[in-house]
Amino acid sequence: MSIIGEEPLPPGALEVETLGMTMRFGAFTALDDVSIRVAPGSFHALLGENGAGKSTLVKCIMGFYHATSGELLVGGREARIADPRHAHAMGLGMVYQHFTLVPSLTVAENLVISRKDAPAVIDWGKERAGLDAFMQSMPFRVPLDQTVARLAAGEKQKLEILKQLYLGRRFLILDEPTSVLTPDEADEVLGHVRALCEAGEISVLMITHKFREVTAFADEVSVLRRGKLVGQGKVADLTHAQMAAMMIGAEKDTTPAPRSGTTGAPVLEIDGIRALDRSGLKEIDIRSLTVRAGEIVGIAGISGNGQMELMEVLTGQRPLMAGAIKVEGAPYSATRAEAQRLAVRYLPEEPLRNACAGRMSVIENIAFRSFDRKGDSPRFWTSGKEMRARGTELIAAFKVKVAAPDGPIAALSGGNVQRAVLARELTGAVRLLVISNPCFGLDFSAVAEIRARIMAARNAGTAVLLMSEDLDEVMELSDRIVVMSEGRISYEVTAAQASLAEIGHHMGGHA
Amino acid sequence: MAGDLGLWGIPVAIVGGAIRVSTPFLFVSLGEVLTERSGRINLGLEGTLVFGAMAGYGTAVLTGSAWAGVLVAALAGVVFGLVHGIICSLPKVNDIAVGIAMMLLGSGLAFYFGKPFIQPTAPDLPAIALGGWSDLPQVQAALNVNVLFLIGLALALVMAWMFRSTKVGLTLRVVGDSTDAARAMGLRPAVIRTLATAAGGAFAGVGGAYLSLYYPGSWNEAISSGQGLMAVALVIFARWNPVACFWAALLFGGAGALGPALQSVGVTKGYYLFYAAPYVLTLGVLIATSSTTRALSGAPGELSITK
Ligand SMILES: Nc1ncnc2c1ncn2[C@@H]1O[C@H](COP(=O)(O)OP(=O)(O)OP(=O)(O)O)[C@@H](O)[C@H]1O
Ligand SMILES: [Mg+2]
Repeated sequence: MSIIGEEPLPPGALEVETLGMTMRFGAFTALDDVSIRVAPGSFHALLGENGAGKSTLVKCIMGFYHATSGELLVGGREARIADPRHAHAMGLGMVYQHFTLVPSLTVAENLVISRKDAPAVIDWGKERAGLDAFMQSMPFRVPLDQTVARLAAGEKQKLEILKQLYLGRRFLILDEPTSVLTPDEADEVLGHVRALCEAGEISVLMITHKFREVTAFADEVSVLRRGKLVGQGKVADLTHAQMAAMMIGAEKDTTPAPRSGTTGAPVLEIDGIRALDRSGLKEIDIRSLTVRAGEIVGIAGISGNGQMELMEVLTGQRPLMAGAIKVEGAPYSATRAEAQRLAVRYLPEEPLRNACAGRMSVIENIAFRSFDRKGDSPRFWTSGKEMRARGTELIAAFKVKVAAPDGPIAALSGGNVQRAVLARELTGAVRLLVISNPCFGLDFSAVAEIRARIMAARNAGTAVLLMSEDLDEVMELSDRIVVMSEGRISYEVTAAQASLAEIGHHMGGHA
Repeated sequence: MAGDLGLWGIPVAIVGGAIRVSTPFLFVSLGEVLTERSGRINLGLEGTLVFGAMAGYGTAVLTGSAWAGVLVAALAGVVFGLVHGIICSLPKVNDIAVGIAMMLLGSGLAFYFGKPFIQPTAPDLPAIALGGWSDLPQVQAALNVNVLFLIGLALALVMAWMFRSTKVGLTLRVVGDSTDAARAMGLRPAVIRTLATAAGGAFAGVGGAYLSLYYPGSWNEAISSGQGLMAVALVIFARWNPVACFWAALLFGGAGALGPALQSVGVTKGYYLFYAAPYVLTLGVLIATSSTTRALSGAPGELSITK
């Protein structure tokens, strides 16, 4: 660690400032002359569209990337951070967009081993006492003896934040910390973080796409667009519309897409299916579920209640123990030929893992549905030219931000992977669309655009099965809502009669 | 001949055989557990085992000390492990391919340097007679337990404790389960994996020294019958748990002793089929533990075969 000056940093919340930070990846400038100051004890929000460079900025602060040019000041002194370890030693911590917990370790093990001064021989009796005391002092808790792999996403996110507090960080970066939390959970977690800011314990820089959280918890906000700092100010002085305008450069209408057309014949019929869940210990059991043409059926539920397994059953990744799935009256086992013939398309969650070949190029990934088809007939030789033309066209149409269309899709930002997969799945005639968390981690303009596309597909007669942890999304899009709890459908209601409170009640399994 | 023991000779011979045959399995599999828990697979341990057998034997012949042989075998294992670890730390290198190369290299070098040691005899490793309570010579022979077997048992217990209650152990598990998490903690996965592979190599080297210095107790080119490879299957069977490795090694050892045990009680036909028992067991284990829908429970997340 090289801090100029010998005096130790003052205790309590840290001040962190970037001066003219620039980061280039080859010829591509991801970050362009960005200066942001996070005052000690303040809660600073960082807004920006997908691919605006938010993650890049914070990774430069944490020493994951070495900025091409620019300076970093910590506590008012220049700091050259070689790697994350140096950042940690200075009291800088980060909660990542992706989980960084170790799945096979228990919560207690995760906490203890993440400590820099973890003892060589761990006295579990003593550590447990310390951990229990720490947990008691926190407003929210996570069971210490559970292995992380068995925690629900929301609990993992809470644990990520708890871990940083346990490690005594004084400057905390949160990269979309609430994307996996319910609004109530998010308020709970952020409320506590905010209280720590006010107490002068920590300063926070939070990346988010949710204006509501910015208004409710942040003091100041900075907005990035295409790598440049395009706006900054006190949250109290700004409206949502003004923040949105800064993000996309112009005011844009985000009213829900119109609904039209009539509901037709059943397209997807699920009849008494049972399958084992991931742990192999529990079952999912869906008695009956029908999705009709021109209808969106939304599945609400807290993550980990069998939605993921249902998705895997529908995509053919998980074998059935009993029951049958029919599409347009024909038995459906999710082979590529069947999906092709019946025009069934998918957007699974974590699309980079479940719907992409990470090391193949963006163009190739977009061609997965079409590379072996020439119009309606199969083809033997693929055509690189057609693939490229089609890929380029779709990248433009779906506004996928790519530095290099021939580069691996894994290099795209989270939101852009989502768009690339949607571009592939929503093109051509689609009779059944099965989607899971389609707007996870997307900025508001992308969310509006993708929801509009889903609605347009519905209006054109596609049957849509939508699984989402975002209840607002389910409420906005669905014609009919079912609630999944413990692997079963516990409640069903038409959108017209749905009430948030009632659905929330069933999601919690208290029915 | 088992004579007065009759059919009882079979279990006695199997127990004795299990203890005798299991030691190399135990060491190699403990070494492999160490390596795999850090997120890498080292298939080269078979080569390390053979080289360790040669190096240990050669050293014992030259110095007259079996323990010096064990030490040199362990050091040779460290070198092989380091080479594997360092090569695998380079970008775009596959650990399985490197392992196969190291396996061939280890055996090749052992045969090359081992030629002069095929004739001379080396001192044996000491054994402890735990069968003194019995009058039966068969029981006494079966319970003549080599010191390395006991050391292996102790190592298994120490490793289990290490994975649970020491910083080193938890760090290894972190690195083996999630490279991202390890990086976020400021650990250097490549370095840690290389060190784990080196330590694992030492274990395999000792396993080799046992082969040449105790049982069968001489150096020749056919000294290993694939124990190094079977140990990898054994690790999966044992779910990456060192203590389970001990029991699995005994089981594999017992299976290996089945053929000789039958032969010793006078079965003259078909006993050689039972020589294949360990291999059949390996296949059976691999089939029984595979599933298309469930993640292998206990498998380190970064392992290239389970990813
Ligand atoms: N290692 C890298 N190599 C090349 N390009 C990169 C790399 N990391 C990021 N980029 C590019 O830099 C741009 C900014 O990415 P970044 O991850 O910072 O976006 P973001 O604002 O966090 O977006 P999101 O809201 O989707 O998470 C993107 O266009 C991305 O493709
Ligand atoms: Mg990001």
